[in-house]
Amino acid sequence: MNDFSYTQAATAKEATGRLKDQPQAAYIAGGTTLLDLMKAGLAEPPLLVDITRLPFKGIEQTKNGLRIGALENMNAVGEHPLVVQQYPAVSQSLLLAASPQLRNMASIGGNILQRTRCGYFRDAAFPCNKRVPGSGCPALTGDNHNLAILGVSDACIANAYPGDLSVALAAFDAVLTLENAKGKERQVPVTEFYLLPGTTPQKENVLEAGELIVAVTIPTAAHAQRSTYLKVRERASYAYALASAAVGLDVQGGTIRSARVALGGVGAQPWRSREAEQVLTGAPATEATFKAAATAALQGARPREHNAYKVELAQNTLVRALQQVAGA
Amino acid sequence: MNSEPAFFETPPQTVAVGQPLSRVDGRAKVTGAAKYSAEFNHLPGLVHAVIKTSDVAKGRVTGFDSSAAQREPGVLAIFTHQNLPKPVLTGETKEGKEAIGPSIQMTFMPLQSDQVFYAGQPVAIVVADTLEHAQHAAAKLRVTVTPEAPVASYQDAKAQLFNPGGKPDADAEGTKRRGKAAAAFAAAPAQVTATYTHATNHHNPMEPSATIAHWEAADRLTVYDATQGVSWQQRALSGFLGLPMEQVRVITKYLGGGFGCKGPIWPHSVLTALTAKAVGRPVKLVLTRPQMFTSVGHREDQEQTLRLGATKEGKLLALLHEKTSTTSQWDDYAETNSKFMGMLYQCPNFEAITKLAKANVMTPTWMRAPGEAPGSFALESSLDDLAYQLGIDPIQIRLLNHADKDPSTGQPWSSKSLKQCYQRGAALFGWSKRNPKNGLTRDGKYLVGWGMATATYPVNNSQGNARVRLYADGHAVVQVAATDLGTGTYTVITQVAADCLGIAPDKVRFELGDSVLPTTNISGGSMGAGTFSSSVYTASQDLWQKLTKMAVVDAKSPLFKAKPTEVEVVKGRLQLKANPGKGEDFAALMKRGNLTDLEGFGQGHYGAGYESAQARPAANSKSDDAGKEDHSGHAMHSFGAHFCEVRVDPELGTVRVTKWVSVVAGGRILNPKTARSQVIGGATMGIGAALMEQAVRDPHLARYTNPNLADYHVPVNADIPDMTVEFIDEHDPYINALGVKGIGEIAIVGTAAAVGNAIFHATGRRLRDLPITPDKVLAAMRQPV
Repeated sequence: MNDFSYTQAATAKEATGRLKDQPQAAYIAGGTTLLDLMKAGLAEPPLLVDITRLPFKGIEQTKNGLRIGALENMNAVGEHPLVVQQYPAVSQSLLLAASPQLRNMASIGGNILQRTRCGYFRDAAFPCNKRVPGSGCPALTGDNHNLAILGVSDACIANAYPGDLSVALAAFDAVLTLENAKGKERQVPVTEFYLLPGTTPQKENVLEAGELIVAVTIPTAAHAQRSTYLKVRERASYAYALASAAVGLDVQGGTIRSARVALGGVGAQPWRSREAEQVLTGAPATEATFKAAATAALQGARPREHNAYKVELAQNTLVRALQQVAGA
Repeated sequence: MNSEPAFFETPPQTVAVGQPLSRVDGRAKVTGAAKYSAEFNHLPGLVHAVIKTSDVAKGRVTGFDSSAAQREPGVLAIFTHQNLPKPVLTGETKEGKEAIGPSIQMTFMPLQSDQVFYAGQPVAIVVADTLEHAQHAAAKLRVTVTPEAPVASYQDAKAQLFNPGGKPDADAEGTKRRGKAAAAFAAAPAQVTATYTHATNHHNPMEPSATIAHWEAADRLTVYDATQGVSWQQRALSGFLGLPMEQVRVITKYLGGGFGCKGPIWPHSVLTALTAKAVGRPVKLVLTRPQMFTSVGHREDQEQTLRLGATKEGKLLALLHEKTSTTSQWDDYAETNSKFMGMLYQCPNFEAITKLAKANVMTPTWMRAPGEAPGSFALESSLDDLAYQLGIDPIQIRLLNHADKDPSTGQPWSSKSLKQCYQRGAALFGWSKRNPKNGLTRDGKYLVGWGMATATYPVNNSQGNARVRLYADGHAVVQVAATDLGTGTYTVITQVAADCLGIAPDKVRFELGDSVLPTTNISGGSMGAGTFSSSVYTASQDLWQKLTKMAVVDAKSPLFKAKPTEVEVVKGRLQLKANPGKGEDFAALMKRGNLTDLEGFGQGHYGAGYESAQARPAANSKSDDAGKEDHSGHAMHSFGAHFCEVRVDPELGTVRVTKWVSVVAGGRILNPKTARSQVIGGATMGIGAALMEQAVRDPHLARYTNPNLADYHVPVNADIPDMTVEFIDEHDPYINALGVKGIGEIAIVGTAAAVGNAIFHATGRRLRDLPITPDKVLAAMRQPV
């Protein structure tokens, strides 16, 4: 690990100012992702700017929906009554992730920015286009068992976001509030926050240099209230998803009025499937509909040797999640 | 006429032995007082070493750029193959191998030349005043390796398979035969042929390997090392460094797990000693978790093809086993699966062939039940197939093929309670309610299945020494250069010593983990409890003999002028056998004789039969083949049975173990509490191998892609149900003084098969590739039943 300096910022302005002065610096909140990367030599920030004193806290009802401060921790949000009641899928996505210890440390903003678990990215001894652009991607013909099948490119097949929360956020139209060095705020939907790898897998999201995640706001909706997050992994706990599905349905008289679908573990980014939603909306809430939606969701899959199973697994996961919600 | 009393007639009266005594070291561990090998930080001038390893799996080191690293603060030295002092001997020569002894597992020693043979091979060592400085400088050090195309495994198209049999230094088994297996198989009315694979597994003890080397003088070395055997390590280091054994001291007071990977000597321990000598300071080296995947061996990736031939009634006629696995460039290592294959069931015709491929990996090593664990997955799965094929209950087919004698030697068993294990396990599990047809039990979305399998593990021959020092005040110090892997050795030997000396456990201090103590074998191969208890027993007998001799010549003793052979010792009291009222307590005798304390020394044997051991001359316990002959003429094994329930989600591919019963017959159980933990741990590790554990090497670069505990999955609490564990009360008069068989390994044997058999019962699909992950279950579910 490199030597680094550490400072605590009292205000967002101070924090963004520090990064303006020293663009290689990094923000740190819970540190559950960043410290791992630093220990592995994959991040070498000369300065850590501690943002935990920033006022990005609180879980409150607003006219646009539930606003969650980016510095709230995963457990606090996952167990919050408003989240549990209005957004079961969001609550479950948080509480099925990591371990209680990590969830107590990790911030919502940090969770949204966690990096891939691709073994080739995590070990500097390997070539990796995401880490060293142009160096190559051994995962294409190597160990790609856990990697993505949707939104991938010939440069990178990593699930850039390996976690759970953003999958649920993407499903339910959550919007991120970002603040830049000038103190200016902007709103970015989670579905537009992440970037597909294309030929530039090193660029993973739309954050500008020094920009902070202030909050995430999830709109109130019937389909969010009737939602679930289903996570599949071979180990019962403390593992990333092989496939997951965040789904919400508004069913009236057996007909689906509105639907939300996002998949995790299979996409180069949290994978909102408007194709599946299209199939679901207006259709009867039956297994046939769910299966058709699952087929639509995986239409564009580009599987490789060891992750081809994810097509079927993701479809089955989605169908199961829809059944659970429809039956609820 | 021999006037020595024959104390060997009776094992000690058990008071403490067999009780569920809580760990005597428990308090030290939970308060942090227990010092692990990396925690001896008091040494004056202690500095830190960090190993820099090769990124690539094959090539030549063509250059170093240490300019930036040298400039870093605190850096004391940077060693490469160009400037590191050489060991006096290495395992690469016959002479070196002999000097180093049985703990040499990988004969190759890194940092001797520019050649790179595996990813993770040490290519430089940085020494600095702090760990952080050493890590940072190591990161700045640039090592250029010109890469060549490596061989990743036996599955690699470039791999060349060979049969290692006949090579003088082959650890692998080569070919074994009994009867005419091929012909018998061809003629058998019922046949099962199947191929099984097993992923590379790593031991991953919680405590990483660590070494602190302290040269107390130019020719005297003390090493604090995370090892399963201080005596073995002492001998190995003396061999490598060319020092008399007496000038090497190895200390391991506590060990945070080993599972086999801390049994052998590995390069990092030797390199730390060489480095410490070169810098003239005590040096500490702790392997990182990723380095634990490339520094201390692993269970090799392997493929087994098994052919079973049987009568229509299910009696085995032929068993043919073929194993192919990956080894290193230098050592023909393969787990000896066939030993287990050849002895578990009565079968007149048997053949086993081993094939190896040399790849760019380090040498594999013993991992909990090496051979028995993967071998049992193949055999116990195929036997399950045969049972279903013939419509026989899985327990019945095992009873039908029960081996009343060891089929591989024809010897009678010293004891065998396998039938009781089946019976008790079935009762505890409720096996009689089993639906004989598979794929028929549903619980909502889940398919529910039951499976069982046999477990066994040999009583490996071993011997070692012990010293007991009994004080007239009723306290005792007992010493063995044993190690406690965290399994309870401190506790169970305290119990044994208490009973041997007739005092309470809290009056005994058991010291272990230091090579200045009486030499003994490693804690490995399930030999620890049996060897150490036997040694302490014989040392206690030595002590009682001395005290008896004192008493019979002491005019003030009630035993004055008695014949020593007429005297017995019961709970610390020396008394006449014929008239137990006549005698005295050891304390009275010692006090009268003006003795504050007295020592006894003994050499115990495990697996060779303690009675026959009496007649044998004292042997050097460090000889490779010590105790290999079995003087009692018995085959010695522990046995057991596992029962498992799984819930399979046929659409999502997940498998969860929901019920577990293990019944083990392992001779005398010294402490049911620590023994239960051993069985739970072994079965849990087996469930890990069955459902999730796999170290993945990139097929082109031969480098691990998941060398960390986030991506290499071992079971968590949520994966393991409340396990039912029972032991069959078993008295074995041949094993050793206390009839202890050792239970460190048996519980992992058969476990993966029990899981796989339950999956078969649940789904009607046989999964033969470990680990059985959701992708494989989904693929199987697509196949017709």
